[in-house]
Amino acid sequence: MRWLVLAAAAALASAAHSQTLRIGLAEDPDILDPTMARTFVGRIVFAGLCDKLFDLDEKLNIVPQLATSSQWSPDNKALTLKLRSGVTFHDGEKFDAAAVKYNLERHKNMKGSSRRTELAPVTSIDVVDPLTVRLNLSAPFAPLLTVLTDRAGMMMSPKAAQAEGEKFGAKPVCSGPFRFVERVAQDRIVLERFANYWNKGEIHFDRVIYQPIVDSTVRLANLRSGQLDFIERLAGSDVAGLKSDSRFKIDRIVEIGYQGITINTGKSELGQKNPLGRDPRVREAFELSLDRRALVQVAMDGEAQPGNQWVAPSNRYYAKSFPIPKRDVAKAKALLAAAGTPNPTVTLMTPTTSDAQRIAQVVQAMTKEAGFDVRIQSTEFSTSLDLADKGQFEAYVLAWSGRADPDGNLQIHLGCKAPLDYSGYCNAEVDELISRERATLDAASRAKIFEQIAAHIEKDRPIVYLFHRHWLWAHTAKLTGLRTVPDGMVRLQGLQMK
Amino acid sequence: MLNYLLQRLATMVPTLFFVSVLIFGLQQLLPGDPAIALAGEERDPAAIAYLRAKFHLDEPLPMRYWYWASGVLHGDLGESVRIQRPVSDLIVEKLPVTLELASLAILIALAIGLTAGVISAVKRDTAWDYAANVFALWGLSTPNFWLGILLILFFAVHLGWLPASGYVSPFEDLRANLAAMIMPAFVLGNAFAAVLMRHTRSAMLQVLSSDYVRTARAKGLDERTVVLKHALRNALIPVITLGALGLGDLLGGAVLTEQVFSIPGFGKLIVDAVFNRDYSVVQGVVLFTATMYLALNLLADLAYFLVNPRLRH
Repeated sequence: MRWLVLAAAAALASAAHSQTLRIGLAEDPDILDPTMARTFVGRIVFAGLCDKLFDLDEKLNIVPQLATSSQWSPDNKALTLKLRSGVTFHDGEKFDAAAVKYNLERHKNMKGSSRRTELAPVTSIDVVDPLTVRLNLSAPFAPLLTVLTDRAGMMMSPKAAQAEGEKFGAKPVCSGPFRFVERVAQDRIVLERFANYWNKGEIHFDRVIYQPIVDSTVRLANLRSGQLDFIERLAGSDVAGLKSDSRFKIDRIVEIGYQGITINTGKSELGQKNPLGRDPRVREAFELSLDRRALVQVAMDGEAQPGNQWVAPSNRYYAKSFPIPKRDVAKAKALLAAAGTPNPTVTLMTPTTSDAQRIAQVVQAMTKEAGFDVRIQSTEFSTSLDLADKGQFEAYVLAWSGRADPDGNLQIHLGCKAPLDYSGYCNAEVDELISRERATLDAASRAKIFEQIAAHIEKDRPIVYLFHRHWLWAHTAKLTGLRTVPDGMVRLQGLQMK
Repeated sequence: MLNYLLQRLATMVPTLFFVSVLIFGLQQLLPGDPAIALAGEERDPAAIAYLRAKFHLDEPLPMRYWYWASGVLHGDLGESVRIQRPVSDLIVEKLPVTLELASLAILIALAIGLTAGVISAVKRDTAWDYAANVFALWGLSTPNFWLGILLILFFAVHLGWLPASGYVSPFEDLRANLAAMIMPAFVLGNAFAAVLMRHTRSAMLQVLSSDYVRTARAKGLDERTVVLKHALRNALIPVITLGALGLGDLLGGAVLTEQVFSIPGFGKLIVDAVFNRDYSVVQGVVLFTATMYLALNLLADLAYFLVNPRLRH
């Protein structure tokens, strides 16, 4: 009898340990090299593959991962990190300060690196001792710790990275909870449990399979038929149908990014040729003609949080002195009359995704009541980026996936001549304030500077922020331990099937 | 026969050259800077400059064509910028998937289309004929993505008999492979069956009214032998051409069907590559597909020899 019980227990334990987690992705990730990677969806796979120096919690606090603590120097121009001991990479190599130095230098210097600008303020890296590393900066840079919670903080095995060079992404070797097994482009990425993971008590699956399924209906059908355990980016229109099915659960998180309308105010001559780009009063009228709550209900099935800044109203850095303006069509009309253009024509460039199209149509209808004649110009996404880069647009429906630090949602879009400054916005005072918030480590003081920045942006309106989307996750009700962190990454630590 | 084969092979060379220029040239008409599309959300100017230099995007068009064409002649189709893998590897990876899907779809199309076409011609102006025509009209007018999603909802979600999407290699698990392929193959085959049915019907009607069929009947042969052995064999000639062209089309990738069923074949590869401006992948896969298409046409011509004895002389 005792044998039987033991055998049954062993069988159960073995079953529990041979579990596979199947995750449906909305797109196929790009190259799996943290230095070169460029897509949001790729970061979801990295969450299982590559640990970072720091991580984020549900409230966007920075928490230790491969680094256990951090200490700024008195002049805030050096950051010392204490590293976790006993960590190994998937190839058995040891994780230490030299590995951190190698990785950060690779991120900074490798040709084609997408991490170069994120780590631009880091001038050099010193190995203090095997478990201590110091990052020397050209100037204080408050967003640095947050930068290290993303791909710039991901650690690869130096041995594998040196051996593979540019081909590292074909067979990545990191130190995360799962190691790379295989990738069939556009079909699946398979990872298996890393036995020597430093935090292995939190890992309850043997394998993870990521399957890109572009069509949201088919992704959902796979979940419903039991072929997937988890899907990301459930369509808002499918929420009601799935909510009534007790076999599944839906989680929603307000994204750290935003959806907005970028207005060409000075990117090219076109910006000054149309009243919307030329006159701030017309932009104010445009914003006042919008009812963001209705827009979210109609265009997003209610699955977004209305917003008017680069961070959501729930974010600690949201400038509370500038709440979402209420719709005021009469005032909008008065502003247009004062600007001498009661019926301005605006061409709204819109990517061909269904969300963007719906947003454009609702905006068109709302602004029409104030007198605007919005003409929607549907444009394939890559083409629209090219046109935006050349300034060949008047207004552009554009989303930003977001960065955990507000600076990552701000400077790159609104700094003078910043890479994504499609608006052509350049305000020396805003640039100065951005430099100050970057140099300020105290959160309360930074928040005050963001209030000052908001005062400018809310007046100039180079971008009319609309809302912050919900990341919608659907999964089998048996899956527990899911952490809903606003960056939208699926963390595998603590996840288990009950 | 050998001379004919050599002649045909020789004409393929200029055709392929023309195709390669066309593929390259048309791609340049795509709006949008590939370096910007590939540089990701941040679009770091240094990363953009690196991509431009690496893929010769900053050089004149003839030079870029030369880089690509000389690579192709040396068996190097280039590398995917997005996932940094050789295009030839991707083709080798996707070809068996697309071949299997296309072959299954053609088999289904032939089984349905030929049978319905023959019955419709033999039973002309009867209920059988009308039913076959209704079926053909339905097959032609049903959008693939719609039929695909309906099948998924019914067979995968409602009945739970088949997987909703995805692909399993037949060498890994043949049963799972067939279960995954049957719905997409049916969706593709269904539309093509309708075309085949219409062509088989007209060809059969023409042949059935010819003198030699009347003679065969006069000889006292039974109807089954007349239809299957004498009439169908001749009626098959245009159908073979159509089948070869259809197979060529399917090898180019069934874009929507592959997208709906998440089948990692050529269609999905090309669509993703176009949207991401992954030029090498688009060029490599289209050139490969064009070559396959030409080869299939050649095979179809050779098949005429086997079907029609008159052509052998």
